[in-house]
Amino acid sequence: MSKILIRGAKVLGGAPQDVLIDGEVVAEVGEGLSAEGAEVVEAAGKVLLPGLVDLHTHLREPGREDSETVLTGTRAAASGGYTAVFAMANTFPVADTAGVVEQVWRLGKEHGYSDVQPIGAVTVGLEGRKLAELGAMHESAAGVTVFSDDGKCVDDAVIMRRALEYVKAFGGVVAQHAQEPRLTEGAQMNEGVVSAELGLGGWPAVAEESVIARDVLLAEHVGSRVHICHLSTAGSVEIVRWAKSRGIDVTAEVTPHHLLLTDELVRTYNPVYKVNPPLRTERDVRALREALADGTIDIVATDHAPHPHEDKDCEWAAAAMGMVGLETALSVVQETMVDTGLLDWAAVADRMSFAPARIGRAAGHGRPVSAGEPANLTLVDTEYRGQVDPAGFASRSRNTPYEGRELPGRVTHTWLRGKATLVDGKLT
Amino acid sequence: MQRHLISAADLSRDDAVLILDTAEEMARVADRPIKKLPTLRGRTVVNLFFEDSTRTRISFEAAEKRLSADVINFTAKGSSVSKGESLKDTAQTLEAMGVDAVVIRHGASGAPYRLANSGWIDAAVINAGDGTHQHPTQALLDAFTMRRRLTGRDAGLGQDLSGKRVTIVGDVLHSRVARSNVDLLHTLGAEVTLVAPPTLLPVGVGSWPCEVSYDLDAVLPKSDAVMMLRVQRERMNAAFFPTEREYSRRYGLDGDRMARMPEHAVVMHPGPMVRGMEITAEVADSPRCTVVEQVANGVSIRMAVLYLLLGGNEPAVTHARPPVSHHHPSDERSAHTPFAEEK
Repeated sequence: MSKILIRGAKVLGGAPQDVLIDGEVVAEVGEGLSAEGAEVVEAAGKVLLPGLVDLHTHLREPGREDSETVLTGTRAAASGGYTAVFAMANTFPVADTAGVVEQVWRLGKEHGYSDVQPIGAVTVGLEGRKLAELGAMHESAAGVTVFSDDGKCVDDAVIMRRALEYVKAFGGVVAQHAQEPRLTEGAQMNEGVVSAELGLGGWPAVAEESVIARDVLLAEHVGSRVHICHLSTAGSVEIVRWAKSRGIDVTAEVTPHHLLLTDELVRTYNPVYKVNPPLRTERDVRALREALADGTIDIVATDHAPHPHEDKDCEWAAAAMGMVGLETALSVVQETMVDTGLLDWAAVADRMSFAPARIGRAAGHGRPVSAGEPANLTLVDTEYRGQVDPAGFASRSRNTPYEGRELPGRVTHTWLRGKATLVDGKLT
Repeated sequence: MQRHLISAADLSRDDAVLILDTAEEMARVADRPIKKLPTLRGRTVVNLFFEDSTRTRISFEAAEKRLSADVINFTAKGSSVSKGESLKDTAQTLEAMGVDAVVIRHGASGAPYRLANSGWIDAAVINAGDGTHQHPTQALLDAFTMRRRLTGRDAGLGQDLSGKRVTIVGDVLHSRVARSNVDLLHTLGAEVTLVAPPTLLPVGVGSWPCEVSYDLDAVLPKSDAVMMLRVQRERMNAAFFPTEREYSRRYGLDGDRMARMPEHAVVMHPGPMVRGMEITAEVADSPRCTVVEQVANGVSIRMAVLYLLLGGNEPAVTHARPPVSHHHPSDERSAHTPFAEEK
């Protein structure tokens, strides 16, 4: 493999430097590096980040290839600056056996746009009753370390306790979709002022917060680590902050859409805004941003959830929940966190690469941009501003809430172990 | 007037008064031997009902026929909808047949809004009840009934409901009637109080333009109209209240409670009533109860809405009546003579 010289990039937002890629690794970082024998990428003014890592992606394959496949999903990932994605287990069939997780893992390897690390189901069929073969999935070629019934909550306290305990044997982590099922029967949107007016079934904040409170206490009791998916309320932030202050081994994620959008948008009854957990209030958005800034929330994860057009081109109640997010995540984070002064680019690298790789034990990802490290890199034109045009998405689905919205930042290059997957904004 | 009628909240005070006044004119048609106007001759209206509601459908159908519209009834049961056809496809199929207006009843809140705002069809959309969201023609017919009873048929023309005290009792949480009434009555200047057990009020009700009380007996003596909402017995099983008997004792309207209302005050109910639950037979059958009038008024209101949305500038329904503020200053309707007889 040839050499690539990334010239004059602001590494993690710092002073301009040259970064030389040789083969699969970063060979050198410094000023005025020789371009001899190297392809040069002029990066003056751009920010170079470690390849982004998404701990929460729905790739839909196997089973719903009409909305996304491993190929289209990883192309979307590369397009958004990601070099590794964790594929959620709620496929058809469910990723609850070594066979299914190995299939997804192999497809990712074959396509080569980003590494795909499958997440295993906690319980058989996501039904919440019987533990799936967690150990077998861990020992498989896919090497699963993150387990989640995402889409559904592991609501049985005993099953949750056992899962937390069991995965300790191999350093696993349970990622909880916190949603008390009885409190959210028929839930269509955040419960509050807007749901009262619109007559849509309410999804109360307490249904998330009560499960998080229980699970951090369970994790403390059995000495396990627990990860909270898509935390969405101000109350959840307070619980996680309290748990961390007690030394409980809890990590948490927030989605880009919960950092930007509120339930006021539901007044349009446009199902592109329908998502689970639902869009909350302005107060929640503020609390989530502050928590991501102060580290209470560890990471940004997309919850990229592709759906075919017909599942959104209908009345609200009939529509599917979820939004695509891989190709807009970094722009939304720049808009909500960087341009507001809450995070600098080094902190963005932490929240979107270092920390998610650490939580998911993604070897070779989330590494510093320094000599000898795997060349998983993302180059961002942070000066760019433009309207989101779903027609240009690499994802098979278009269910974005940002269509027509002006957002900052554009990923121009992505390298996966030294191989360019995105060049000048175009997939290779 | 706007092109669609989706929510009572979309109506201005002048819009609403215009509808009520127009409905008074329409009501006179019902007193004639031939209850028909040529206004919507050649126009096609589809009643698109995804939910069972014989009363509302028949009321709209009567209104449409009295205005000489061609009427298509479409009910979801046994139709292509049960075979998985989407709302969009159904609506587009109907529009392809040349429909000018769609009267839609749907179980999903917001379905009429989507139909009117998604670019799926061009026809006018009238909401005949969507989920637990809105039922604007019900609110209009309720306001019409109140104005007649509390102000007078002729004295009410051009008037709103300023200062009237309206109490709405029952399952507000699941009620599109309550939401529509709160919006419209507030617009018309009435003071609304909702009375219900806290379990049957939505979280967020505090932002509505009304008062909330848990104590029916305290509110009754200060009410000019008391509207009882239907309470489905099945709610008991979801722990909204312990038993039917307890609900009736605390929130039901019986003869004793009715006696504590001011003498002029009326009892209203959108129907269907659950006798013995929210209302006793004694109250339901008393002359103070307007249930049957509400049904008759519903036809007049729906005629008025259809006329104002679809009639355009055609002066078929005209009448020399006290000037009211019109949305279209150029509108010539008020200059014309009373309802022309069928030609």
